[in-house]
Amino acid sequence: MALDIVDLVAGYGDITVLRGINLSVPAQGVVTLLGANGAGKTTTLNAISGLQASVSSGAIRLEGTDLTRMPAHERVEAGIAHVPQGRQLFPFMSVRENLELGSYAPRARGHDKDVLDRVFSIFPRLKERLRQQAGSLSGGEQQMCTIARGLMSKPRYLLLDEPSLGLAPIVVKQVMSVIRQIAGQGIGVLLVEQNVALALKQAQYAYVLEHSEITIAGPATELQNDDRVRKAYLGL
Amino acid sequence: MLDILPQLLVSGLLIGGVYGLLSIGLTLIFGMLRIVNFAQGEFIMFAMFGAFWLHALWGIDPYLSIFIITPVVFGLGQLIERVVIKPILHAPHAMQIFATFGLSVVLQNLALTFWGPDYRSVQTSYTSQSFIVGNVAISATSLYAFLVAFLMAGALMAFLQFSRDGKALRAMVQNRYAASLMGVNTDRLNRLAFGAGVAYAAVAGCILTPIYYTYPTAGVDLIITAFVVVVLGGLGSVAGAMVGGLIIGVTQTLTGFFISVELKDVIALVLFILILLIRPQGLLGRAGMEEVGTK
Ligand SMILES: Nc1ncnc2c1ncn2[C@@H]1O[C@H](COP(=O)(O)OP(=O)(O)OP(=O)(O)O)[C@@H](O)[C@H]1O
Ligand SMILES: [Mg+2]
Repeated sequence: MALDIVDLVAGYGDITVLRGINLSVPAQGVVTLLGANGAGKTTTLNAISGLQASVSSGAIRLEGTDLTRMPAHERVEAGIAHVPQGRQLFPFMSVRENLELGSYAPRARGHDKDVLDRVFSIFPRLKERLRQQAGSLSGGEQQMCTIARGLMSKPRYLLLDEPSLGLAPIVVKQVMSVIRQIAGQGIGVLLVEQNVALALKQAQYAYVLEHSEITIAGPATELQNDDRVRKAYLGL
Repeated sequence: MLDILPQLLVSGLLIGGVYGLLSIGLTLIFGMLRIVNFAQGEFIMFAMFGAFWLHALWGIDPYLSIFIITPVVFGLGQLIERVVIKPILHAPHAMQIFATFGLSVVLQNLALTFWGPDYRSVQTSYTSQSFIVGNVAISATSLYAFLVAFLMAGALMAFLQFSRDGKALRAMVQNRYAASLMGVNTDRLNRLAFGAGVAYAAVAGCILTPIYYTYPTAGVDLIITAFVVVVLGGLGSVAGAMVGGLIIGVTQTLTGFFISVELKDVIALVLFILILLIRPQGLLGRAGMEEVGTK
């Protein structure tokens, strides 16, 4: 029971960004994908959700279902939710409408109420702001709204692209505790982060992407003590 | 001279409602797909010929033919989106203009080949009927057209505001990538939007047949006004199209009477240029919407 990326080669047009990467996200818990700017982390997530990046070989499998050639909207239905980098909300729509769109996929229909209640229990802040335009939320609120919107589709796997980016330390803490909570509710989380120390604290397993390939992989506790990781990413 | 004013205002508003309906499809297609459909007028013209022939051959009332012609044009529109529009969605503007302008020329010539250049008109039992309210005469056909126009505008606004796909369409305009991440099939919605846009042209065509002449270049003459209305109301705004339509309708009628009939189109164009200078996003448009939409 996992989301498996097998020998994935992907890129944009003629540019190859990923040269045969392998990674596996179990159905529960947090896996983190680390790497410098431009390493190809977002590209990996785009390949999984079937947008922008094109896959030239390899496979993406969700608990046995082959997603590799599936159109993007069907992947959402299969159980993938991708919370994109940089808070891509619908700025001129209310928070409520943004959340409603999160449950657009048929798998979430009819469950809107339950999911909404669950989302509010995680993000009580959003409940107060339901009628506000998403574009006028504070940065932290926008990030919460993006994650909440992702949860609205009742995903089996949640892909989070740098959720802590640009947030105050206290908000980052909140977001991380939310991620632990989500992972505890039986959702497999793939967390992409620049904040390596933080990500290694949340995750059970970690991968490091360098020069288009996965160069280091192992349990998060092991990577915390890995010399290469400490030097290159933790500045120790 | 002033006691004619109520009559002019009413006539202007009635024709303005029709201008609004003419423009809705154009603004919908631009708002959703970021494509200026230069062939929009030809869809109006085809619907007019459809209504004309349904009436001539089987005596079907033009208002009734709305229910036959609109679904056909909606289907045809979806097909044309697939074949002509989809390949140019991300092409340079010049390409897009060539494609839809080319479509317009093809459709005009098809009409010319099939039906010749004659001006035709549909005569119904109520063509010359009018209602008298005080000292204002309201022509029945204009009134019906006006009512249909507002009904259609209201229906579209409700669809966009409340329905699942309506919300998805609005979301797609604001952020196409994020909409896809929500599981929105953007190809299907593009088809839907174009189909609906030309279907609105079809409704406009049907309600125009009792008022206006039907001929192969009828669409060209009508669509110029629609472009002015769309820019005045705000690109992509349905409510703006209706408001813009009313303003242009009244302005044209007043100018036509008090100044000169020759100047009535000129005044509309002057208004058009003024709006572009003073408020480029139009009356009800949202500033910066054109950039937001390209995401
Ligand atoms: N749409 C695109 N078209 C062409 N090249 C792209 C596109 N998106 C990203 N790239 C390139 O692919 C490479 C990997 O980018 P990617 O966004 O996956 O990096 P990242 O690891 O997410 O970086 P960051 O931490 O800065 O977000 C970069 O060299 C980038 O310039
Ligand atoms: Mg990235």
